[in-house]
Amino acid sequence: MTKKDVVAELLQSIGMDPAHPFGDDVARIEIHENRVVGLKLVKGLHVDADETDTGINAVISVDDGAHLEKPVHICFGVLPENGLQHIALDIRVKQDARASFLAHCTFPNAINVQHTMDAVIAVEPGARYAYFERHVHGPGGGVNVVPRAKVIVHEGAEFTTEFELIKGRAGRIDFEYDTVCHARSVVEMTARINGRGDDTIVIHEKALLSGEDARAALISHIALRDDASAEIYNDLVATGDRARGHVDCKEIVLGRAVARAVPTVEVRNPSAHITHEAAIGSVDSRQLQTLLSRGLTEDEATDLIIEGLLSKKARWAGD
Amino acid sequence: MNILSVNNVTLTLDNKKILDDLSLDFWRGHIHAVIGPNGAGKSTLASAIMGLHGYTNYEGDILYDGQSLKGVAVDERARRGITLAWQEPARFEGLSVPRFITAGSQRKDTAYVKELLGALGLEPERYMHRSVDRTLSGGERKRIELASILAMEPRLILMDEPDSGIDVEALQYIFEGLRHLKDKGVTVVMITHSMAVLEQADHAFLICQGKLLDKGGVKKIGKYFANKCIACDHINQPALTEIKA
Ligand SMILES: Nc1ncnc2c1ncn2[C@@H]1O[C@H](COP(=O)(O)OP(=O)(O)OP(=O)(O)O)[C@@H](O)[C@H]1O
Ligand SMILES: [Mg+2]
Repeated sequence: MTKKDVVAELLQSIGMDPAHPFGDDVARIEIHENRVVGLKLVKGLHVDADETDTGINAVISVDDGAHLEKPVHICFGVLPENGLQHIALDIRVKQDARASFLAHCTFPNAINVQHTMDAVIAVEPGARYAYFERHVHGPGGGVNVVPRAKVIVHEGAEFTTEFELIKGRAGRIDFEYDTVCHARSVVEMTARINGRGDDTIVIHEKALLSGEDARAALISHIALRDDASAEIYNDLVATGDRARGHVDCKEIVLGRAVARAVPTVEVRNPSAHITHEAAIGSVDSRQLQTLLSRGLTEDEATDLIIEGLLSKKARWAGD
Repeated sequence: MNILSVNNVTLTLDNKKILDDLSLDFWRGHIHAVIGPNGAGKSTLASAIMGLHGYTNYEGDILYDGQSLKGVAVDERARRGITLAWQEPARFEGLSVPRFITAGSQRKDTAYVKELLGALGLEPERYMHRSVDRTLSGGERKRIELASILAMEPRLILMDEPDSGIDVEALQYIFEGLRHLKDKGVTVVMITHSMAVLEQADHAFLICQGKLLDKGGVKKIGKYFANKCIACDHINQPALTEIKA
């Protein structure tokens, strides 16, 4: 297959028309297995990628003060049934820059695919960086997804990230985001995952609010059916003056599914404040009865309630 | 002409008779009010008619179109045309207003949603992208509840305290919705404490401690309620002489 064919197939798997994918002013990076198969840059954005035996090592940077108007589209994929893809990313969003990345991870035919990612992300002072990652998996669930990110959000910077896996089977997901939040920074990390079959989901979301007036929200909304299981570790520590944090963990658990949530909140500064909200269980009975009284069957009502729980939290430019 | 008959219904919850040998007939295409003090069993009656979880184990019978509702599940009752507008409607995080409104309706198009919102005095553009979550005010949530009910085109609506948490202006839109329903031949049962709501009805039932005290014209029942019940010194302990029905 030519690079062009691979790009077309990747785009098709994420529901895009390969004939008219993006305008000329849209930056994009497509990575299949260990090859960069598509790349288009815009002013202010730099990508330096090395192909390795098992994946890609890439440094992605956004220049000081650059405002990337349109989201950068990234696609990581493995099209065959079996494969290994290891991505090492070094992302630097420099001072006062603004950028949003829309990443798709697609493994539509997976039987035994391993996708690991090690990212180091620096959001420099005054910069704003939004990273949305949508997973498109096949119905078989033969994917092992292991993303790790270490994030530093500098003074006055903003970092928003959302991880979505709603279509297809999760397979095994084990992700860990670890964030340090400096003074006046704002961080929001969201995971929305639909687990079925024997999917297993492990999430570690961690934020240290070390700077004064730093703010962070850790959000995980998970639906589990069949024999799926999830373990959610939300870890929020506040040491900065007047730091503010919030943990929101909601899980709907059906059938034989099992959910475990382990929130840890720690405040080491009397002027800091952290709130924690968790709801884990079957669908809310009042919500269910309301929809039943509109004539929906129990299954239809449950699906609609889950659709709400897993709906996007933030609006993403260009999405 | 009865669409719904409650026949000698007794419902015991936690060893307490909440509905006590209650019999009421509701007429097709009429607006009925059920009035009574706090704790009289009004919401319980609505729950039993709707068949909500925990409220179906009653003695006596409830007939809809002459057929017993015993063993008929909530969603099946709804598909036959019965629905309930809740006193405190549930909140749904992330569920969009249009998805909620059209959940039980045949028509799902945007124009229809906008028309319903507009009819209830809610500016459509302000609500199309919002969720039915905790950020809606009580009055907005109740009007969206009514919009979802209008959308499903029911035959019998149970409205539990349509005026609670609603300001005078918004209430006018709810009353307009009611008249619209009546014009279409829909039967309405309103549960209320309010004289303003009572006045919208064709007939009224007064209940106290799960028993029917009196029924008839709105004026008569309203007067009794205002004079005797509002200042009552034996709430939910009606004397035998007070039971006229
Ligand atoms: N599931 C239940 N289990 C036990 N008791 C219940 C249950 N549901 C209602 N009750 C009791 O039944 C009585 C009647 O309640 P209901 O909600 O029907 O009153 P109401 O007439 O609607 O009052 P209000 O005007 O305050 O809404 C109350 O004493 C209430 O506590
Ligand atoms: Mg009540």
